[in-house]
Amino acid sequence: MSNELDYLSRRVAAGKLSRRDFLGRAAALGVAATVANSMLSSAVRAAGPVKGGTLKAGLQGGESTNSLDPATFLSQVPFAFGKCWGETLVELAPGGGVEYLIAEEIGSSKDAKTWTMKIRKGVQFHNGKEVTPDDVVATLKRHSDEKSKSGALGVLKSIDTIKVDGGNVVVTLKDPNADMPYLMADYHLIIQPNGGMDKPDAGIGTGPYKITGNQPGVKHTAARFDHYWQPDKYGHADQVEIVVVNDPTARMAALQGGQVNMINRVEPKIVDLVKRLPGVTIRAASGRGFYPFNMFCDTAPFDNNDLRMALKLAMDREEMLTKILRGYGEVGNDMPVNKAYPLFAGDFEQRKFDPEKAAAAYKKSGHSGSILLRTSDVAFPGAVDAAQLYQQSCAKAGIKIEIKREPGDGYWTEVWNKQPFSLSYWGGRPTQDQMYSTAYLSTADWNDTRWKRPDFDKMVLAARGELDEAKRKKIYRDMGEIMRDEGGLIVPFFNQFVDATGKGVEGWVDNPAQELSNGHALIECWLQA
Amino acid sequence: MSSPILRLVAQRILLGLVLLLAVSVLIFAGTQILPGDVAQAILGQSATPEALANLREQLGLNDPAWLRYVHWLWGILHGDFGTAQSSGLDIATSISTRLKNTLFLAACAAIVAVPLAIILGLIAVRYRNGFVDKLISGLALASTSFPEFFIGYVLIFVFAVHWQIFPSISTVDDSTPFLERLQAVVLPATALTLVVLAHMMRMTRAAILNVMQSAYIETAELKGLRPFDIIRKHAFPNAIAPVVNVVMLNLAYLIVGVVVVEVIFVYPGMGQYLVDHVAKRDVPVVQAVGLIFAAVYITLNIVADIAAIVANPRLRHPK
Repeated sequence: MSNELDYLSRRVAAGKLSRRDFLGRAAALGVAATVANSMLSSAVRAAGPVKGGTLKAGLQGGESTNSLDPATFLSQVPFAFGKCWGETLVELAPGGGVEYLIAEEIGSSKDAKTWTMKIRKGVQFHNGKEVTPDDVVATLKRHSDEKSKSGALGVLKSIDTIKVDGGNVVVTLKDPNADMPYLMADYHLIIQPNGGMDKPDAGIGTGPYKITGNQPGVKHTAARFDHYWQPDKYGHADQVEIVVVNDPTARMAALQGGQVNMINRVEPKIVDLVKRLPGVTIRAASGRGFYPFNMFCDTAPFDNNDLRMALKLAMDREEMLTKILRGYGEVGNDMPVNKAYPLFAGDFEQRKFDPEKAAAAYKKSGHSGSILLRTSDVAFPGAVDAAQLYQQSCAKAGIKIEIKREPGDGYWTEVWNKQPFSLSYWGGRPTQDQMYSTAYLSTADWNDTRWKRPDFDKMVLAARGELDEAKRKKIYRDMGEIMRDEGGLIVPFFNQFVDATGKGVEGWVDNPAQELSNGHALIECWLQA
Repeated sequence: MSSPILRLVAQRILLGLVLLLAVSVLIFAGTQILPGDVAQAILGQSATPEALANLREQLGLNDPAWLRYVHWLWGILHGDFGTAQSSGLDIATSISTRLKNTLFLAACAAIVAVPLAIILGLIAVRYRNGFVDKLISGLALASTSFPEFFIGYVLIFVFAVHWQIFPSISTVDDSTPFLERLQAVVLPATALTLVVLAHMMRMTRAAILNVMQSAYIETAELKGLRPFDIIRKHAFPNAIAPVVNVVMLNLAYLIVGVVVVEVIFVYPGMGQYLVDHVAKRDVPVVQAVGLIFAAVYITLNIVADIAAIVANPRLRHPK
């Protein structure tokens, strides 16, 4: 039976059988439609991409204030457009690990302090010049300069020196870091001619598409670059186009009306309705982003671990997941990392809603009176509802929560990281080290749970400098355990990136790093007639 | 004969210019009393005292406020609005494209909405208090009462998703051919028409009904003129002043107040441009757009005033 299905799906991929006929025959063979559909898409992928056409995306997250200077990238549209026209040294591969682009390979010294990156030869910029190690050095230097105000400044702070050595670029770090290649995958670090020192917003890179039109906040267009170095892998459509559609309803209408081929940020509450529309495919990928309830571990009453534990046990994660995210996510386990991270140990015990244990822990903490929780619509979509659900599940454990709804304007400057108990949002980082270093080191600016533990800091540094993967994994496991049982964050769930594609869009790869297949959707998808 | 009219018109225009100047002072002063200054806004978190001092020097922020105001105004009079802080683009160039788009959309909506509203108003007067009058008023009020985004979504659902005859995304740029441009603005212009229709229609109706109470209308009726001729020849010309006023107010709204429709139909106009830059605290752009909007309002109001003056027979034919 499966041989026959295989045969049929190859016939569809070759264009000799219609999709509808295929599904009909598959049903006759007793195969569920979803299984048949997934077989079909893998067959289509195996048959190889189709060249040509214009691939259009309608995306949220573009403003008329956007610039082409990669250092200034912040929202989704510049990010996704940057992936079309530019390339970084390496990229985050869908299955974890890195994919080598401008760097052909990256090796390190034994102490993980000196890193040598071999620069690929024969890669051309859109202006016809070939990429040299000097361009790479200039790019890294520009982004590590305070004046560039680059979004990658934080990850480059650990760099001590950057030098050219023949065909290589050698980077030395202030402290050992086994994750150095991941740092180079930061989407701001697009390699530009002379590092973009001359004209940062020239929009010249090495990506599969060359910019043909740039209207910030409205529309960005690009055409295939004829001298792209891996034409079989990326750049199938002749042209790509991004239209900025910030309104979710308008975005969905544009997809349904066939004006765009793909959209980002489908609202969880409409996903179930959208799934039934003909031609629309929901692309949900589990990611590293999560929505925490942050408690300051150094501020009363949250400086008491029994109280923190009571508040963790009083969280009904399953209910939160179904009601706030409509199931498009995974339950959290009170640590800032999940299985989407490399080197994540899968054997943690899942924390469950337990009002009795919560009540006992609450009693042990000796706290009385209500606890003030601050929330706002901008913390994450549904944050006010989430706070109310939590208030009710806490009530079952006899804990009284008082909710204060804060104005959206100023939430990130006045409430988050300032008030002792509030809701927030983290987009996740490519590695566990980056996540912990950003928010859970004593010295971190964004330590939004005031988690100040010298022993924990030591573990972060030890794991960072450890090149032996098994040992690193063990340290990360211990850190996760400590976070879960003593840390200041309650994590109800990790969210998924929910995108959607229209008719005939093939070649989509789920990638946990970012939405839209880590921004690659436009360069790796093609239009199947 | 025409000297009192000319004098009145000249007075209005002069008054308008003075008003615009006053508004420019207000806009400038308003952005000055905001906390922090431009240098701080540009540098953001990475502001060090030296960098701040350098940038202030460079931008001329150490000059007294009145001098900076004069420089700013002088630049604007020469078409120089400065550069946007956030993107570093020339403001005048960015605004000119967007202003053209906004005016195009407003014009399309106005060409449909104004005659339609006035004709509907006339018809409503002709059949006043009857079924037709009630139907017109009812429908117009209903379309105005629905929020713009709701009308927009309904139009998108019917015409863009269901029938797929008009695009739901109205993105246009300088290279868009005229016909395509027209097709792109059909849905947003329809939404705007529905929003502004009732106000103008009701005002036309009320103004004409007011005139209909006059003795000369009764005379016209007694002469045996047909009802529609009475309205057209005798009542409407005397009701023009209030109608023009409300038409101008609605035109101004079409130009400065359509950000919601712009967002829903992804139309690159002034509203979205302003909102984006307010969010980024991009003061030069906010000042420039504020001034342009003020100029639009004042100009349209002057036009309304002048129309009212010219339409007044007592001023046109002084004793």
